Amino acid sequence: MNRFLLPAAIFLALSGVLYIGVVHSPNKSTMQSALLGKPVPTFNLPVLGSPGTSLTNAQLAGRSWVLNVWGTWCAACRDEHEVLLAIGQQNVLPLVGLNWKDEDDAALDWLKQLGNPYSVVAVDKDGRTAIDFGVYGAPETFFIDPDGRVQYRHVGPMTAEVWQREFISRIPQGALP
Amino acid sequence: MKVFAALGVLLLVTSTASAFDIEAMPTPEMQERYDGLTHELRCMQCQNQSIADSPVGLASDLRRDVREQIIAGKTDAEIREMMVARYGNIILFRPPFQRGTAWVWIAPFLFLLIGVLVGVRIVRKRTSLVAGDDSVIDTDETAR
Repeated sequence: MNRFLLPAAIFLALSGVLYIGVVHSPNKSTMQSALLGKPVPTFNLPVLGSPGTSLTNAQLAGRSWVLNVWGTWCAACRDEHEVLLAIGQQNVLPLVGLNWKDEDDAALDWLKQLGNPYSVVAVDKDGRTAIDFGVYGAPETFFIDPDGRVQYRHVGPMTAEVWQREFISRIPQGALP
Repeated sequence: MKVFAALGVLLLVTSTASAFDIEAMPTPEMQERYDGLTHELRCMQCQNQSIADSPVGLASDLRRDVREQIIAGKTDAEIREMMVARYGNIILFRPPFQRGTAWVWIAPFLFLLIGVLVGVRIVRKRTSLVAGDDSVIDTDETAR
């Protein structure tokens, strides 16, 4: 009986290690942003539907805002659109859209047909700003504080629960109406 | 036969340095650095591929980034640093030796050590059996 004790112990130890590995393996939907607590990347992008105008990160400084990365090619973005519309109607935070690697016409059609939840949509045609934000799949949604620091990143479709728990709760006291 | 042909094609596709790039780097040295870097950066959308091996749009954007940085005169270390700043250590197939990643580097050697210890124990046991008493083994053998 004794000769099985050591192998069994090793087996159990190895199982434990592998179990921890599987449970904590980087889940695509829960990966933390490397930007947390860091200043928002600088950008200067054209505004969708307003030729000649541009949006910079500096224009958004001084209050909390939300960046939602989306594209008309992204199926999960359609899934979250209802929730975004509801959020847009709450009007508690500027909801800035980042139209990622998309066609302007397609993006404008999308907003016309499904409704426009965004305060403003910046166009990131070649995907450089998305890379600076560490985006690896749409939709992704960032919370940026009044100091211009990234406080949270949600990967995957936005839900009412996530919005309430991770975004509303991060608005500085007194800023809520 | 078909399986071998398919494997051959797969090998051909995966072994090409930068299968999706049309444009070569300006100099062979830069090309070498580019090939090296794109093979050690993880494609964040398809996590077991490098950005050199992945056909997705994000990987090609990151390859463009690596290309531009090399041409702009950035060192390999600076480029890796910038990638980590955006995506975290997970983007490196060879993460730095830090508090959070130390076990990644130590664990294989630890398991190797355990294996060696077990092996030594088994060999020792068997040699002591032989050296001890031949007749016991003989009786064992004849008993079967």
